[in-house]
Amino acid sequence: MFRIHTRRLAWQATAVVFLVAGCAAPAVAPPDYDAISLAMIKASFEAKGQATLGRLDQDPLQRACSAATAPSAEAVRKLEAQELATIKPPPEGRYLGDWKEGEKLAQNGRGMTWSDPADAPAGGNCYNCHQLSKAEISFGTLGPSLYNYGKLRGVSDPSSDAAKPIVLYTWGKIFDAKASNACSIMPRFGEAHVLTAKQMQDIMALLLDPKSPVNQ
Amino acid sequence: MHRFIVAALLCAAVQAHAQSSSEEIAKYRAMLADGNPAELWEAKGEGLWKQPRGPNKATLEQCDLGRGAGVVKGAFVELPRFFADTGRVQDLESRLVTCMQDLQGFNAAEIVKTPFGKGEQVTLESLVAYVSSESDGMTFSLPQAHGQEKDMYEAGKRIFNFRSGPYDFSCASCHGQEGKRIRLQDLPDLTTAKGAGAAFGAWPAYRVSSGELWSMQRRLNDCFRQQRFPSPGFISDATIALGVYLGVTAKGAESIAPAIKR
Repeated sequence: MFRIHTRRLAWQATAVVFLVAGCAAPAVAPPDYDAISLAMIKASFEAKGQATLGRLDQDPLQRACSAATAPSAEAVRKLEAQELATIKPPPEGRYLGDWKEGEKLAQNGRGMTWSDPADAPAGGNCYNCHQLSKAEISFGTLGPSLYNYGKLRGVSDPSSDAAKPIVLYTWGKIFDAKASNACSIMPRFGEAHVLTAKQMQDIMALLLDPKSPVNQ
Repeated sequence: MHRFIVAALLCAAVQAHAQSSSEEIAKYRAMLADGNPAELWEAKGEGLWKQPRGPNKATLEQCDLGRGAGVVKGAFVELPRFFADTGRVQDLESRLVTCMQDLQGFNAAEIVKTPFGKGEQVTLESLVAYVSSESDGMTFSLPQAHGQEKDMYEAGKRIFNFRSGPYDFSCASCHGQEGKRIRLQDLPDLTTAKGAGAAFGAWPAYRVSSGELWSMQRRLNDCFRQQRFPSPGFISDATIALGVYLGVTAKGAESIAPAIKR
């Protein structure tokens, strides 16, 4: 019975379309699915633990990178410039910390879920998506392999002038991956306050210290 | 015994290196699937379906899952769908809650508030296992004729791609490409019929790591937790819209639910 009912409605709808077209009146606008889905999200979620409802408020970059069509080259340039402006150098210009601490952070996939304590520091999540040291075979493939990261880029002394461009680029990538690739799936660890400067220094050492297992 | 198999698997994986680890895990799953504990939930669910329960002391045998009152076979592969009596698109869990309220007299709002693994949520675990098992081997074919069904598909597609939170993640961040993994865990590409079928067509599933039977609702809830999002309400519209998007994308794929997962 329900099916017959819809079919009748569909016929009536078709008739209306013909009539409207015949009168050359403006066509009925299709539903605004962006607005519908946004309202649905707002109505469906509830705050839990540290995961507040504010996390559903997109910034312009998140909005642009959620759209069905990728942002234009012009929009990408603008977004990347905005992200680049947020990158802060480490305290006292010290870019590298302790690779051993960096390895622990790379292994640690915890942090910022509603089941994590709000005051617990987040891990780096690196192995979830990247290969790093050769010893760790449980690595993800969402990001490129970073095995031999410093070695392949010719970094023998990370404090040298020659290494400076790579050091700055790498710091920028960890601090805000979107500065060089607007819709990258990598989190903005510094910009979004996921990791502290000290934690990022330690991950820098894991990638660039010649003694790090990543460069063996 | 599971621990022993995992240990054996890890040794094998170390020797053979990472490229064959997926194969080893597939073998491990095949071994486990020989005796999928989900069968226990299926049997319990069938019993609960036919047992007079709730304030009305009624069974669920008159519950309409979309193919008419009392028809269980084939219902799972057509859900979520529009229901004229509630005027809403509903997934399996949401429809079961409607039947528990209308037929048995349970309070739907209370069930929605109950945490997973507690109270009537435990009943739902068994019911979803039973209902899904009655569509084993059938192919997904969600109806899309009703306007609300189309709206939910379109909304679900957008929610799938909605990036937000401290990590900028959406569902698509992990499930929008083929052949990727997190650590050693393969990630299905949920934008293709094959990937959506393998994932949507497997839940509800028995989860070896927790020894529990998880519904699709619970699976989605944990995805959002790891996405660093707030918590999606049980049977909320956003979760049902995602179900429609995944189910429609899985068109033609075979249902193996309730499956077995790591």
